[in-house]
Amino acid sequence: MSILSVETLESRHGLLVAVRGVSLSLNEGETLALVGANGAGKTTLLRSIAGAHKPVRGRIMFDGQDVTAMPAHRRVGLGIALVPEGRRLFAGMTVEENLRVAGAHGRKGVWNLDAVLAAFPQLKPKLKARAGDLSGGQQQATAIGRALMTNPRLLLLDEVSLGLSPLAVDQVYDSLRGLMSGGTTIILVEQDLARALSVATRIACMLEGAVVLEGAAARLSRDDITQAYFGLNRAAEPA
Amino acid sequence: MNFINQVIQGAMLGGFYALSACGLSFLFGVMRIINLAHGSLAILAAFLMVSLLNASNLSNILGDYGYLAPFIGLLVILPVMALIGWALQYLVLDRSLRAGPLIPVLSTFGVSIILDNGMFEAYGANSQSLGPAIGDLAYNSWSLTDTLTIGQLDALIFATAVIVLCGMQWLLAKTAIGRTIRATAEEPGVVELIGINPRLVFAVCAAIAVALTGLAGVALAMRTSFDPYAGGPLLIFAFETVVIGGIGSLWGTLIGGIVLGVAQNIGAEISPGGFLIAGHLTFLVILIFRTFGVLPKLSALTSRRAAA
Repeated sequence: MSILSVETLESRHGLLVAVRGVSLSLNEGETLALVGANGAGKTTLLRSIAGAHKPVRGRIMFDGQDVTAMPAHRRVGLGIALVPEGRRLFAGMTVEENLRVAGAHGRKGVWNLDAVLAAFPQLKPKLKARAGDLSGGQQQATAIGRALMTNPRLLLLDEVSLGLSPLAVDQVYDSLRGLMSGGTTIILVEQDLARALSVATRIACMLEGAVVLEGAAARLSRDDITQAYFGLNRAAEPA
Repeated sequence: MNFINQVIQGAMLGGFYALSACGLSFLFGVMRIINLAHGSLAILAAFLMVSLLNASNLSNILGDYGYLAPFIGLLVILPVMALIGWALQYLVLDRSLRAGPLIPVLSTFGVSIILDNGMFEAYGANSQSLGPAIGDLAYNSWSLTDTLTIGQLDALIFATAVIVLCGMQWLLAKTAIGRTIRATAEEPGVVELIGINPRLVFAVCAAIAVALTGLAGVALAMRTSFDPYAGGPLLIFAFETVVIGGIGSLWGTLIGGIVLGVAQNIGAEISPGGFLIAGHLTFLVILIFRTFGVLPKLSALTSRRAAA
């Protein structure tokens, strides 16, 4: 049975329709990569699933339960966690405090401070440092660690490699591979197509708010995705 | 010697100002709200205490220990004030915050007008005091030298201010609740993603802040007299204390209170009418220095927020 199913979801920013009629479903343990150009609606879709953005139409089912109207903080209790774009750490607090405050309010489970430090060993020497003073890669590791402290069943990762050095991106993805093999269901937004293809089991490509291509990563060619990404197949259709 | 005496008395008065400013400072630090109903809420607590003592006849029941009645009354008044703070958050602050940063200033100003005039309706214009209710404690003092004395009530209020500030510091720095409050203060839009309901956190903070404000109101009523419109001056001194000490800093609040109290007493020493003007001038001078960045704290705070 699918852990998440999104049915004809529509989300707006004022008059702008950011997500138009998106439907998708995800089985436990899958990793879905959302690709698409800037402004395609990926972030708004993730925020709608997490409850941080209120959709105007459609339905979000999580583990058989309708969560469309549920506030974000209660969805965390069910096991949905979002690592927001730009990391959004509690900059004035230490790394340890950032992690502990999340651990105190999420689900109970296998993730605790020790488990997060084992997954992100680069954070160990930085536990007492202010989160705002960390490097970009360390901040991203803290942001993912903070989400893991809530013991999510579905982890939503928004642009985790944005603004990081290539080395830091490698480190973050190495840790993510560990998570994926551990069975956590993941949706990630990633601009780097090669990286998305290397970790995802499924790909969904968004264009102007709609999913224009979706399928198993193994079955989609790079060309298919590139065409969908730029809307080339649609441009070829007669007007 | 008289000068030293004025400084010491001013510092003790500063303890009262620090206690008055706790609730205001805390609410601003967490929710970025300037609560203009702060003074009126303090006076409300004082009137509620008067009503409670009259209705319960507690002073007579306690006999020789009757002077303890207002302190025991705090066990009722503080929870009631906390409930009022909780309601204030859900009915006024939460709604006004959604409309932008200026609206809470206007709506809490409205609350203060309603409270002031409501208390005028209910209790009349007469001055009241809890001084008589605490007996000898209102005027007893310790003599340090022939000319230096410290009032016992002043010392008690100063100690209360220090204990409250230490307690708040400990709560925020060391406990899980404190971490939750600090996280919510920093990123109210993000904490919901880790399972925290920011409106609930704000309600808890408003409850704590208004309970502390009630404590300040009862302290005021013990050391002097008050009437339904005494909230305004209390708000002004509390506000000056917060600004002098550094916005959002709890220890700064104690220092700010002492600076204000000492300035006022030295002003009164220079000229009989100098009490208020010396306090206000000190506030203005420090405000100007802070604005121009000579004292770094405020400018550092604003620039950090601008950069975030």
